[in-house]
Amino acid sequence: MSSLTQKMETIRNDYFSTRGNAVISSVCIALLLWIGWTLVDWGLLNAKFSADEGIDGCRAVSGACWAVIDARARLIFFGLYPYEEHWRSALACLAIILVTVLSCIPCFWTTRRLAFLWLAGFATFYVLMRGGVLGMTEVLETEWGGLALTLFIFSAVCIVGMPMAIVFALLRRSQYTVIATTMALVIDGIRSLPLLSIMFTAALVLTFVLPDWLQGDKLYRVIFGYSLFFACYQAEIIRGGMQSLPAGQEEAAKALGLNYFQRISRIVLPQAFRNALPPTINQFVVTFKETSLVTIVGFFDVLASGNAAFSSGEWLTTYVEVYFFVALIYFSFVFSLSRYGAYLETRLRVGQH
Amino acid sequence: MAFLRNRKFLDFLLQFAFLGTVIGLIVSAVVIGRENMAAQGLTGGFAFLEQATGWGISFSLVDYSIQDTYSHALKVGILNTLFLGVITLTLATIIGLTAASARLSSNKLLAKMGVSFVEIFRNIPLVLQALFWYAIMSNLPKAKQAISPFEGVFLSNRGAYFPGLNVTGGSAAIAIALFILAVSLAIWIAVARRTSRMQPSRRRMMWVGTVVAGALVSIAVLAAGRIPGTELLSIPYLKGLNFREGIRLTPELMAAIVAISLYGAAFIAEIFRAGLLSIRKGMGEAGAALGLRPYQVFFRIRLPLAIRAVLPTLTNQYVWLMKATTIGIAIGFNDFFMVVAVSINQSGQTLSLILILILGFWALNLSLSAVFNWINRRIALKGTQNR
Repeated sequence: MSSLTQKMETIRNDYFSTRGNAVISSVCIALLLWIGWTLVDWGLLNAKFSADEGIDGCRAVSGACWAVIDARARLIFFGLYPYEEHWRSALACLAIILVTVLSCIPCFWTTRRLAFLWLAGFATFYVLMRGGVLGMTEVLETEWGGLALTLFIFSAVCIVGMPMAIVFALLRRSQYTVIATTMALVIDGIRSLPLLSIMFTAALVLTFVLPDWLQGDKLYRVIFGYSLFFACYQAEIIRGGMQSLPAGQEEAAKALGLNYFQRISRIVLPQAFRNALPPTINQFVVTFKETSLVTIVGFFDVLASGNAAFSSGEWLTTYVEVYFFVALIYFSFVFSLSRYGAYLETRLRVGQH
Repeated sequence: MAFLRNRKFLDFLLQFAFLGTVIGLIVSAVVIGRENMAAQGLTGGFAFLEQATGWGISFSLVDYSIQDTYSHALKVGILNTLFLGVITLTLATIIGLTAASARLSSNKLLAKMGVSFVEIFRNIPLVLQALFWYAIMSNLPKAKQAISPFEGVFLSNRGAYFPGLNVTGGSAAIAIALFILAVSLAIWIAVARRTSRMQPSRRRMMWVGTVVAGALVSIAVLAAGRIPGTELLSIPYLKGLNFREGIRLTPELMAAIVAISLYGAAFIAEIFRAGLLSIRKGMGEAGAALGLRPYQVFFRIRLPLAIRAVLPTLTNQYVWLMKATTIGIAIGFNDFFMVVAVSINQSGQTLSLILILILGFWALNLSLSAVFNWINRRIALKGTQNR
């Protein structure tokens, strides 16, 4: 009984403490009830879930037509990947997700372990997707699509971009003025361009200015362009981490007789990364979200396959449902990663004054 | 070979080699690009800017026809980007500030709604949101069944129609410029140090007077620039299958505005929240002790201090939002980037157009951050104490 009165007391304090507060709370409750009811009514009560009757089954109901997801889920997840080989694409996605989850655990936070983990995960992904060995039929990159392509671009950009970022950051704080100034110009120049224009340049314009032997596949050109962009942003984050180190750290290392590479790899970078961990996670989050831009330069990632799911055939009217579903996929990845970043930030703050 | 062991010479060699590599990469790209263009029978340079484009632009603030030149088309693109940028920056700031204050409200329910808004719109890619809103906008009812939330405003699959004025473009531009000038002057009078020794009532009268005078002059300019033989007020009405008169915002523009404003607002809300949290509690309490009402404490004490704290971060976010307007190409809004992309496709002048694109965005972003850095310097506290 007393717990109930206590609860009532808390509710009153939190929501109805003053007259103004009570009015705001009532309006909010009404608004939330209305939004909630509309969503439940549309998405659950009056919705059609099975695709057995095709679009005609949906015409009979007033709510959401989740039948399109039932019918086109494989297209959204796997794109144009050959139907019989979908298990490979699914396993490949799981490998990347597993690697991402593992690298969130502190016992993997050494350069060697992280590098090994990501290279192994990436190699597994590539072998599974590409095939051609172990009796798996070969599937070219042009047939990759859906979630697997999104994850491929994301992980490739991180793997290529991270070492690039470290090199950029070191060059930018180089003791040689000419090198530092040139790098500063390059980094700031690229950072002030929109990512989309860089992807566009990489996809369509690079063929024009590169010698034939260097062109490669369009996919790899876009990954390179995106990595460059990622590296310029990440380099500034790493540099920020380095700047917050007391100068004494490097001077002490110098006094101990460590050479440049030892100083950087054992003293400066480990601490810089620790300082720069929250913005680095944030950068990964942004990078994952912005892989969706490849849709515009003509790749069949999870967003583009979502577009294809409703824009072909009978499902033309089901765009809201499909976008809801694709948004949910992105949201679950991005939200969990950014929650993890927030958790890490509070955890790292412990012990620091 | 003593000079090979000379430290200074080696340093010079290293730097020279680095700079040489960077320049060499750029030069070789330009050379290969020129060769490729010559193979296609195109000459480089910027002469093509004076040729007629031969393709149309769906949304333009100034007159544009397919006989106009490339340079004019690029101008239209820049104007569209600026237009979209100004609208979305303003809306995103207003929505973001509202969400931030909701999130910090003492009412738990309101705070939770603020959090949900931020988390939903921040964690879904902008392109996806833009495509979603575009699908919604282009699936609105036909013109005959248009939704009319207010008198004279119509939403249909042809876009949104608002009441407008029958005036020439030039006079509208002058009127808007004059009004912005008057408002800026009024803000200066209201906050500048030079006018701070005036009587408060006189100061208030002066800045209110400036706004009123600016408004009157703008209205006079608009009335003078009225297109002869038409009503001054142009209210949209249905005729046949489409609307006539009024101002039309295309579905592409509407979708871009809604998507970028909401996405940007989610980020700006977080920035303002951090800023408002960084203001010491004692500041607000001191205000309350002096007898200020809660809204006065918010608008006169906490918000100005928060703006001072967040302005550098906010500037970065504004530059980022300006770059985000490029997603217009996903839904077919003719922003600067889309005009450049179409021009490359149509004219084949890749190198020159990419250079124009890069210079355009550099100019845009540099001037935006220059303006905000200037404001930041003006409102930053002098001396060594930070807050």
